[in-house]
Amino acid sequence: MNDDRARHALTLAERALDAAMVDGVTQAEALVIAEDEALTRFANSQIHQNVAEIDVTVNLRVAIGKRIGVASSGRTDAEGLRRLAENATAIARVVEELEDWAGLPGPTAVTPATAGFASSTAAASPELRADAVRQVISAADDAGVTAYGSFSSGTETAAVANSLGVRVAGTRTIAQLLTVSMGPDGGSGYAEQAAVDIDVIDAAAIGREAAGKAKSTANAVSLDAGDYPVVLEEYAVVDLLDMLGYLGFSALAVQEERSFVEIGKRIGSDLVTIVDDGHDPAGIPMGFDYEGVAKQRVDLLDRGICRGVVYDSQTAARDGVASTGHGLPAPNPWGPFPLNMLMAAGDQSRDDLIGGLDRGLLVTRFHYTNPVHPKLAIITGMTRDGTFLVEGGRIVGPVKNLRFTQSYLDALACTVGVARERRTLRGFLGGVVVPAIRLEAWTFTGTTEH
Amino acid sequence: MRDLTERALDTATSLGARYADVRIVRRHEESIAIKTGRVEGVASNETEGFGIRVLVDGAWGFASSHVLTGNEADRIAGEAVRIARASATALREPAILDDRPPAYGRYETPIDEDPFDVPLETKIADLLAADQAAANVKGIAFTESMYAAQREWKTFAATDGSFTEQTITHVGSAVEANAVDGDEHQRRSYPDSGGGWQAAGYEYIRGLDLAAHAEPLADEAVELLTAPQCPSGRFTIILDPSQLYLQVHESCGHPTELDRVFGTEASYAGTSFLTTDKLASGFRYGSELVTIVADATAPGGMGTFGWDDEGVAAQAVPLVKDGIFVGYLTSRETAPRIGRSSGGAMRADGWNRIPLIRMTNINLLPRPGMSLDDIVADTDDGLYLAANRSWSIDDRRLNFQFATEVAYEIKGGKKGRLFKNPTYTGITYEFWRSCDAVGDERSYVMLGTPNCGKGEPSQTGHVGHAVPGARFRDVQVGVGKW
Repeated sequence: MNDDRARHALTLAERALDAAMVDGVTQAEALVIAEDEALTRFANSQIHQNVAEIDVTVNLRVAIGKRIGVASSGRTDAEGLRRLAENATAIARVVEELEDWAGLPGPTAVTPATAGFASSTAAASPELRADAVRQVISAADDAGVTAYGSFSSGTETAAVANSLGVRVAGTRTIAQLLTVSMGPDGGSGYAEQAAVDIDVIDAAAIGREAAGKAKSTANAVSLDAGDYPVVLEEYAVVDLLDMLGYLGFSALAVQEERSFVEIGKRIGSDLVTIVDDGHDPAGIPMGFDYEGVAKQRVDLLDRGICRGVVYDSQTAARDGVASTGHGLPAPNPWGPFPLNMLMAAGDQSRDDLIGGLDRGLLVTRFHYTNPVHPKLAIITGMTRDGTFLVEGGRIVGPVKNLRFTQSYLDALACTVGVARERRTLRGFLGGVVVPAIRLEAWTFTGTTEH
Repeated sequence: MRDLTERALDTATSLGARYADVRIVRRHEESIAIKTGRVEGVASNETEGFGIRVLVDGAWGFASSHVLTGNEADRIAGEAVRIARASATALREPAILDDRPPAYGRYETPIDEDPFDVPLETKIADLLAADQAAANVKGIAFTESMYAAQREWKTFAATDGSFTEQTITHVGSAVEANAVDGDEHQRRSYPDSGGGWQAAGYEYIRGLDLAAHAEPLADEAVELLTAPQCPSGRFTIILDPSQLYLQVHESCGHPTELDRVFGTEASYAGTSFLTTDKLASGFRYGSELVTIVADATAPGGMGTFGWDDEGVAAQAVPLVKDGIFVGYLTSRETAPRIGRSSGGAMRADGWNRIPLIRMTNINLLPRPGMSLDDIVADTDDGLYLAANRSWSIDDRRLNFQFATEVAYEIKGGKKGRLFKNPTYTGITYEFWRSCDAVGDERSYVMLGTPNCGKGEPSQTGHVGHAVPGARFRDVQVGVGKW
């Protein structure tokens, strides 16, 4: 099925490419994305939304010299592809030239990311998802709390064909179960698991984790805002990587002078190593990017030192280097993006991390974070679903949620402990693999009522 | 279209659906992105498909496809019913819909100049002129300008006989100037950072006159690099409409969504502090100057339509009246639970998403008497904040923090020097209760956002906000370490 989907998508991409190569067109690229997604959502311990979707999009980029036009459509019949080509070409005929247009990328040696596909996920049924949801609800019932969340499963096939000979196609799957449990006394807990293979998701364990935390956060007390040492659980660490990826680990951000990255500069402690690796089976693998370029492993931070950023074909040409395989679908004014970030594990247990806090906070996750000052990576947001005061290395009890306004760069610099266990979670745009971490200081700037 | 909708509904009904509705949606989008005088991307996108929503034994199912054929309608209807039956295995309270008269008719966004008929060269040239005016200012590191248009053709049919057809057009545009010096990065944008957006034709884009605003805002971006840091403390602040609309969005629009109150967004966007007991008790949300309405009939608003995606007619629903919390954004399923009928706020992001309770146009109504300039003149000591830079609010919509692109010092009723990196924070109802001046019609402007996120799978909503400027007392300004 995996191969059939990929072949079908590549054939469609080639048909679109053929339609595009009309008089005057010098280069063309067809990207096909075929999705088969389903999501079962639950709240108040019952399923309340349950959806499925089948979609295909053909994204066509044509070049007439250095004039570029992009059009996309869901129509895949001959007439639809002809119109798509007309639309893209019509745009290319009227736009200004891109003086530094580097041309489309040529073929690269793509290693298939076979670890990125699981037939069990591709075949997941609404009954399978409902069964897992019932396990989460059952765990919540047992704990006397109420379950909320979602369980999604999806298959994405991407195929790229361009006039320079690129021909790549691949299918990947992802499943994600997340739940928030809420108790009658204001308690709230969160748990999540993401995986290529839906069969490895342990719904009962996820349900128990969230329910247990909801019980332990009942009757939280207020705590004054201020600077505290913290342990951030994996669900919170995801946000650090997502934000740093969005704000700085992109070649375009560096070229536009809005990134904090300077190659060779120390921005984190020795304990912080972050890579982007589309082939690491611990994550959600993908073998090539949306320009059809093979994904390269990129060392972003090596023991706290900036080592690299991710490139697509255009930003790579500007710097005279090769694309690292991090292009997004055209047109892409946002630049390349690290879609497969992994933070290296440390050597501490979760108890070790908490035990290292003399007086500090254990934070489960963040909510609604947003950059206040992008270049300094100053972010504001709230804690959510489990914030605890720790004294003498032991959890004292739950505290109400707090607002923080904190430079994530400063956070990397004061990382003093990293857990040896990591979780695979779903980040802003891709899979992220992260450990829990302990930081010497975190600036909380406000309080709320729950 | 009728053949396909009838076939889908017939199949769903024959398979056991007690209620079903189907939407066929075609969407055409066009966008232009310019960076520092360089046309980075011009794109056109078309998508078309249908989605069927069914209620079987009180449980919901939804399935959708991009293949518009009768056989696919049968298959997708069957899939939706199968999904609903799976939902029923974890159901505690069957869904019950309110009664509403079947909906019939046609609606079209009124426009003067069809944005899709304006030559692409003209649209690029208009945007380039604005972008280059900003980029030419000495000290500007880069500029970003955008234009976008979206048209949606939507057919809705339901098993109660409803059948509506709508054509809705939205346009938006913005110019932004960025100045960078070392670690300092300052930007100014017009009309605001997300762009000016309306349900309108290209006449709205012409009316924005981006080119005329580009150079002054670029000058301000450069000036901000060396401006003093915004002070910290308790201040009187005046919010320009370019910031106040997002304050309304986050701290009134979202917490009045009744699905959030009932917990159905708890695992993602969160819940709401505006619980139903506060509706019964007449909770004081803001000062007596604060009246907020969800108006799906407001001219130009991106939340304006003929019927929502459940076939409920567009209407104006009071949310806050003279400071008192009086209403919610509702659906056919949630409204009966508070003894009301749907206010028509169910909206879906395209054919492949279910309708959710979404904002329509959440408008802070102007108060006759004072213009925005009058309010500034009436302020002895304070700050005037404009153009949103960042936003964040907790999962019950209480503790918020915003940053704006610029603050102007106010002394003796006059705007003076600039401050950089302004932020302000507060608790929603305390903030709105501190409102002691709301501008009149002269500053009342329809803005909106095209990227309101909600739901799983994620949906992006186009919502409108008409607001004047307003003044708030004793607000915490200047958060964090700089």
